[in-house]
Amino acid sequence: MSYQSARSNLLTAPAVAWLVAFMVAPCLLILSYAFFQRGMWGGIEYSFTLENFARVVDPLYAKIFLTSARIAGLATLLGILIAYPAAYAISRAPRMRQPMLLFFAVLPFWSNYLIRTYAWMVLLNREGLINNLLRWFGYQGEPLSLLYTEGAVIVGLVYNYLPFVILAIYSTLSRLNPELMEASRDLGGGPIRTFWRVTLPLTLPGVAAGGVFVFVLSIGNFVTPALLGGGRFQMIGNVVYDQFLTANDWPFGAALGLVLIAIMILLLMLQARATARASGERARADA
Amino acid sequence: MRMANSSRLPGRLVLLAVFGFLYLPIAVLVALSFNEAGLPTSWSGFSFKWYAALAGNGEILGAAWNTLVVAVFATLISTALGTLLALGMETRRRKSTGLEALAFAPMVIPDIVLAVALLTFFSLLNVTLGLHTIIISHVIFDLAFVSSVVRARLKHFDYSIVEASRDLGASGWTTFWRVTFPVLLPAIIAGGLLAFTLSVDEFIIAFFTAGAGRSSITLPIQIYSMIRFGITPEINALATIVMGVSALALLISQWLNKEQMQ
Repeated sequence: MSYQSARSNLLTAPAVAWLVAFMVAPCLLILSYAFFQRGMWGGIEYSFTLENFARVVDPLYAKIFLTSARIAGLATLLGILIAYPAAYAISRAPRMRQPMLLFFAVLPFWSNYLIRTYAWMVLLNREGLINNLLRWFGYQGEPLSLLYTEGAVIVGLVYNYLPFVILAIYSTLSRLNPELMEASRDLGGGPIRTFWRVTLPLTLPGVAAGGVFVFVLSIGNFVTPALLGGGRFQMIGNVVYDQFLTANDWPFGAALGLVLIAIMILLLMLQARATARASGERARADA
Repeated sequence: MRMANSSRLPGRLVLLAVFGFLYLPIAVLVALSFNEAGLPTSWSGFSFKWYAALAGNGEILGAAWNTLVVAVFATLISTALGTLLALGMETRRRKSTGLEALAFAPMVIPDIVLAVALLTFFSLLNVTLGLHTIIISHVIFDLAFVSSVVRARLKHFDYSIVEASRDLGASGWTTFWRVTFPVLLPAIIAGGLLAFTLSVDEFIIAFFTAGAGRSSITLPIQIYSMIRFGITPEINALATIVMGVSALALLISQWLNKEQMQ
């Protein structure tokens, strides 16, 4: 081993040790717990079983998975539909102003998640701002129950993760070669056709990156369903939470956690493939 | 010019709508924190009443202190480890896929999974939960963000100044402290500030690794228990302060990053 690589290894060692001890080892631990049985009084019984995974596909939990996937899917779709035009508009703004616009689009993302979710409780509750505004505009009926609905959960997820989707899509849009769009226009492609045939396919990696991020974080979320869904919408995150903090069935909770990780890895792989395909297309288009 | 302006109009409207969506809910919260009545039903006058109420709330002050302790220690440890990691990764001759994955994982792994994994791990080892376990856990993702900020700076680093220093007879150690470190310092501070904000705001992992009892409750845990069952006016004031602190730290971090890229 050369002096240089020995030094590099020495520099990375403390962080690697920390991550292996406190991230890799705990993750491997719950990986193994998922194959153990729950003990009589909530502990762990160290005998091999696949029962925890069988329970994951039990109709009760399969239904929760489907609900979670639907909510996460709708949040992803809405997030992309809002973020794309926003990212596009930022990429079209004067070059000098783009970094500032991007910074302010992403800033809320770094502030407290709970507070951003709470802000929607203030807006949506029966005595909240939206109901007050409606009354002010002359609405006479019963106050609308906007909070504690599936819609509220979806809005909360979109609101919280939108900045990241804007960032992901912007980063592919800003790297786009403007000559390609010009070429398409010169060859008689209208603006809509140019968008569908040139811009959108080349920016799909950004859309995929943002989409995967929203979906993965939404499906495992337990805070937003608890606060904006009022506990009426069980999502996978809530079930994991319950297994660890109330039901005390850690092996089953671990199995659910593994399923979440599996979904994440699967989606990241799909995203990597989409990116590879798009960069192939980009290379061909640039040539 | 006219045409350029009119073609820019849709873009401006989109930006106006999206920024409105992103910032109006927060703006409402901030405005309400100064509302005497504390509720959105009516504006009953400007007041610092809810801020005064916070100052007299021992539970919140205790949680704020705990948050500060956690964030300071997690930031110090992660800034040191993250900077070393960045230096080690950028001076390697060949990129290591395993190392890249290890440094990237904390940023993508769902919080809930890491949280339950850590809880399981600590209880298997019979570690008493408390502020120290929150600190250990926060360092995991903090160091990943610090190293990515420092690495970004190292990618633009002009290594010829290191060579110049060595040619002039300075030792590797002197060169690091007199040449490399001062150039990296703004990025290290920017990464540290980012780690600090992340740590102050982090809820899920802290919630699982804090253990029972009031002694290790952090601000996000306190906020969660307060808003879970509805709206309390004090929260508006607390939220305004917490967001103000985060925004300030990020603005400084961003400014430092921009300053050095030029």
